[in-house]
Amino acid sequence: MKGRVWKLSDNIDTDVIIPYKYKARSIDPKELAEHCLEGIDPEFSRKVQKGDLIVAGRNFGCGSSRDQAPIAIKASGISAVIAESFARIFYRNAINIGLPAIVCKGISKETNEGDIIEIDLGEGTVKNIMTGKSLKADKHPEFLEKMLEAGGLVEYYKKFGKFPWE
Amino acid sequence: MQRTSLIDKELQDKVLSDQGLTFSEKILSLKRSDEPGKIALASEIMVAKVDLAMAHDGTAPLAIKVLGELGIKRVWDSSKVILHIDHTYPASSEHIANFHSIMRKFAKDQGCYIQEGNICHQYMLEHFVVPGMLVIGADSHTTTQGSLGAFATGVGSTEIAAVWASGKIWLKVPDSVKVVFDGRLPLGVYAKDLILFTIGKISSEGANYKAIEFTGSTVKDLSIDSRATLCNMSIEAGAKTGIVEADSVTKEYLTSLGREVLVDVHGGKEAIYDKVVEEDVEHMEPYVALPHSVDNVKAVREVEGIPIDQAFLGSCTNARLEDFLIAMKMLKGRKIKKGVRFIVTPASKSVYEEVLKKGIMDVLLEAGALITAPTCGACVGTHCGVLGAGEVCISSSNRNFIGRMGSSESKVYLASPATVVASAIEGVIADPRDYLR
Ligand code: SF4
Repeated sequence: MKGRVWKLSDNIDTDVIIPYKYKARSIDPKELAEHCLEGIDPEFSRKVQKGDLIVAGRNFGCGSSRDQAPIAIKASGISAVIAESFARIFYRNAINIGLPAIVCKGISKETNEGDIIEIDLGEGTVKNIMTGKSLKADKHPEFLEKMLEAGGLVEYYKKFGKFPWE
Repeated sequence: MQRTSLIDKELQDKVLSDQGLTFSEKILSLKRSDEPGKIALASEIMVAKVDLAMAHDGTAPLAIKVLGELGIKRVWDSSKVILHIDHTYPASSEHIANFHSIMRKFAKDQGCYIQEGNICHQYMLEHFVVPGMLVIGADSHTTTQGSLGAFATGVGSTEIAAVWASGKIWLKVPDSVKVVFDGRLPLGVYAKDLILFTIGKISSEGANYKAIEFTGSTVKDLSIDSRATLCNMSIEAGAKTGIVEADSVTKEYLTSLGREVLVDVHGGKEAIYDKVVEEDVEHMEPYVALPHSVDNVKAVREVEGIPIDQAFLGSCTNARLEDFLIAMKMLKGRKIKKGVRFIVTPASKSVYEEVLKKGIMDVLLEAGALITAPTCGACVGTHCGVLGAGEVCISSSNRNFIGRMGSSESKVYLASPATVVASAIEGVIADPRDYLR
């Protein structure tokens, strides 16, 4: 997986990712994507391109437990979020809906907006193509990795007729 | 059948008496379903049986859709699935009304419990939760239920759908942080101030993935209303759950509502904690979290005088009877500052009823408050007090992120009900102590 980086700071909360007023109105991913990260950059949904990545600081996705947050990010075209750390509900939600949430210590310092980053989930590495610097990423537990491979919880269940932890 | 319950009893006694296990390790050991009988130790990933699985109008519609996509026709146990229509109630738009209809239909088809017009967490405290339960909710503030000695944590819609389907959830057994509050609360200092102070100190990620156990002489003296405030805001430090072990206060509360302890779980004396935070509350004072982060905490006296447009007394954090008694005391014979909207939203119908019965309503109305039906409303910027650009609100709720209560150009200060009321009276952020002497 390779993509262009959108750089975000620490403590990006789910109210900023998708405000409740939009979440209350719709569960349609496309509609949610139009308002993704509006609080930080009202133009984000127009500028983001398919395959782009988000690199963030600590505690990404803190706050309200809304699946709509990773759904909006995924539907906007982002293919993975790499962060120093994630808030726990966001981390679970992201993987459940099939958006890779990758913990990579030090990534924030090593990346600038617009850099190209290559992720190798199998190897557990994140490489900045611009600087050549490679960092170790945390591996997901095996059952979550399988869920991500399948494209999320629903897809996994449809394929195997059981949940990945069963 | 009898044989199983005997083994369960044996396991239960063994787990409950183990002095090396934390509260969370004990509850999760008892709920374990992947390897029944194996002790669940911190950091281990395990699968547990869920006692209650709730969702509300912000999360249930999507969960219902996901359950359909999974092709699952019936929830695992309809008596354990609880739906709440609370976030935007009554509906403020056609879109939302349609979501509510989806929920009502689902509840009817499945035969599961649905309630309307009480904030979910308050309703769960009043009606369902007992110590020893594992409660999963599609809402981050599900941690509130820890105030009754349950292990309660939040998930998203997809995950709650999986729980509805299977009755189970995977969890990483959390490390535990002990927060010890000792001493008598000074005048004007409440559970809200304790938790704001603590989050300010350990930061909004200071307890990420961990269980916070609140204990100490101060906590022992706190009512369930106040304990609920502590556990409610544990998530604001990133915690998986917040817990106050059941004691005589818990038992009294439950008895008054016709319930009793399921399993009396207490953390072992030799259990290992990741961190112990000890606070002498006698030095504390009223605090406020400044925009736009819950850990941006200062003493009220440091920010006194900031003009406000709205004061909000509501939400699952602080809109219970105890909070209204404080408001009544402060507002008797006083008026809200002209030009300030003082919006009051009781957490549940039963709180509303008590507020009426005790004559609190009269005092609030006379002072100039606007009282709404119980709902989340202003707390989450959906209706009943949405902020416009440039507006400033002081709120008894739990989050002040950008855009949380409306415009991304509005500002939210978080404080105790007492500080909210004092500020409503003065029209600026104000110290409540002057009104409590
Ligand atoms: S009152 Fe606010 S914090 Fe509590 S459940 Fe409702 S929206 Fe969430």
